Amino acid sequence: MTTQTVAAVRSDVHPAARTLAERHRPRAWEVVPWLAAIAFFFALPTHLGFGTELLITILFALSLDLVLGYAGIVTLGHAVFFGVGAYTVGMLAKYGIWSEPITGLLIAAAAAAVVGLGSGLVLLRTTGLTLLMLTLCTRALLEEAANLGHDWTGGFDGLDSVPIQPIFGIFEFNPLYLTTQYVYALVVLFVGFLIVRTIVYAPFGQSLTGIRENTLRMHAVGAPVNARLVTCYTISAAIAGVAGAVWAQANLYVNLSTLGLDRAATVLIILALGGYGRLYGAFIGAILYMVLSHYLAKAYPTAWQLGLGLLLMVIALCARNGMIGIVEPLLQRWRRVRSAP
Amino acid sequence: MMVTATPLLETRGLTCRFGAFTAVDGVDFRLMAGARQAIIGPNGAGKTTFINLLAGVLRPTAGQVWLEGSNITALAQAQRVKRGIARTFQINRLFRGLSVLENVYIAVAERVGAAPAMLRPAGRRREVLDEALGLIETLRLVDDAERRIVELPYGRQRLVEIAIALGLAPRVLLLDEPMAGVPGAEAHIILDAIDRLPRDIGVLIIEHAMDVVFRFARYITVLVRGAVFAAGTPAAIRANPDVRAVYLGQEGAHG
Repeated sequence: MTTQTVAAVRSDVHPAARTLAERHRPRAWEVVPWLAAIAFFFALPTHLGFGTELLITILFALSLDLVLGYAGIVTLGHAVFFGVGAYTVGMLAKYGIWSEPITGLLIAAAAAAVVGLGSGLVLLRTTGLTLLMLTLCTRALLEEAANLGHDWTGGFDGLDSVPIQPIFGIFEFNPLYLTTQYVYALVVLFVGFLIVRTIVYAPFGQSLTGIRENTLRMHAVGAPVNARLVTCYTISAAIAGVAGAVWAQANLYVNLSTLGLDRAATVLIILALGGYGRLYGAFIGAILYMVLSHYLAKAYPTAWQLGLGLLLMVIALCARNGMIGIVEPLLQRWRRVRSAP
Repeated sequence: MMVTATPLLETRGLTCRFGAFTAVDGVDFRLMAGARQAIIGPNGAGKTTFINLLAGVLRPTAGQVWLEGSNITALAQAQRVKRGIARTFQINRLFRGLSVLENVYIAVAERVGAAPAMLRPAGRRREVLDEALGLIETLRLVDDAERRIVELPYGRQRLVEIAIALGLAPRVLLLDEPMAGVPGAEAHIILDAIDRLPRDIGVLIIEHAMDVVFRFARYITVLVRGAVFAAGTPAAIRANPDVRAVYLGQEGAHG
């Protein structure tokens, strides 16, 4: 037998290592969504309400992507955190306790994180269908609690005319003129996106994908699987809470829809449409879903959901992972063709 | 070193019952530092159950597991990994959607304590990346490093199993049928890798391929119906007429 001398592998030389070493670097095309968002502001000033709602939905979907797409936690209860965030800023402002918007976001994030931590410690002991049912029940319980506690939450009617202070004391949340809301939501989304992006490319995010791909093996490499899932769930809850808080601040009201099953299911559909575990699936899915439902509802007021349903079916049947699952293989093929001599 | 040195890994009266069925029955077993041991036995002898008891996947009904003189019977799997017990699986359990490099990276990151980090990108952890690549090199997987597990043939996946276990820098390595599904042409890569393990690591292998067992092991335990049927050097096991009757006889007795 020949004696083996293991060649020193330099991680900056090997192509596989380069892929891993450089995947967190921002790529040129990543400015496109942000430029588009800025262009939207100037090009469609009459649609800023729609734009704000879209930006908030993207942030919410991004928070779900962290738990569903990266860690593989299947949940139908993510609206819980959106709602907790929304009600936190709504109630604090309504009852004159706290109405400064930016610190309000932090308080909402903390409140949602506490709920995420508490429920995560209990729920994440289960997986699969059991987990799905438990998240569904948690959301229903909280919605009903908000409904019953109408002395504080306004019940079915919610809380309206919530007094939110101007940002930095200058930029007012005007319900008729929505520039502040749009720019505010865009900045918050950008910060939230940077946080999620940093996490998923860090070793922590890598270990989440490990849990998603094979939980048993993660135990076998000595990973504290449950602790890591609860951590991820808590962070995601905080981000979803911020999304809900921006929603309440931008609309100057809170109602039960923030906690609704509709919202919990929609965000799941958005990730299914866009693609999960890919960061930009949330963007693509939210844009696709909201633009389509907007125009379909105009064109076919009675049957617009049929169109969405059909699209969802086509994507679920034909693509492995939403729109990204269609685009990604095409891009890879294109790159291979281009790099071939 | 004294003859009465503390075993690296030891079981005392280890028993595991599933209802009325006794899968592992009062096994006393010792693995010394630097040992190369094998457990053989007919199908259903309780070999994999025994590995699962050592790794902490299963809790014994009775008896104890000791690691370097401390009782680890109550420790969960992840805690035992931290103490240096790593294992491979009889059937591949890999991160199938991830690349080979990512698979090994996850194990190394977990061992060196890099895994909980949220701020610094995974790719900036050069020491983790270099070690993962080194293991991939050792197992001749360099050309596959960027490929996802699902794109690899089963035999190559087997090598990733071992690379992950080695990424945990174990003191006790439990190999559950490492040769299962590995094409003959690639078997030597795994044996080479095992040969090149640090000397003080204790390695326990469960394997049906007798040529591998006899090439690798310096001590063999024969398990039959959950209990130790015989134990000794490969020569002694091969010469044992009872073992030949219950086990080796069926396989046409390598020799």
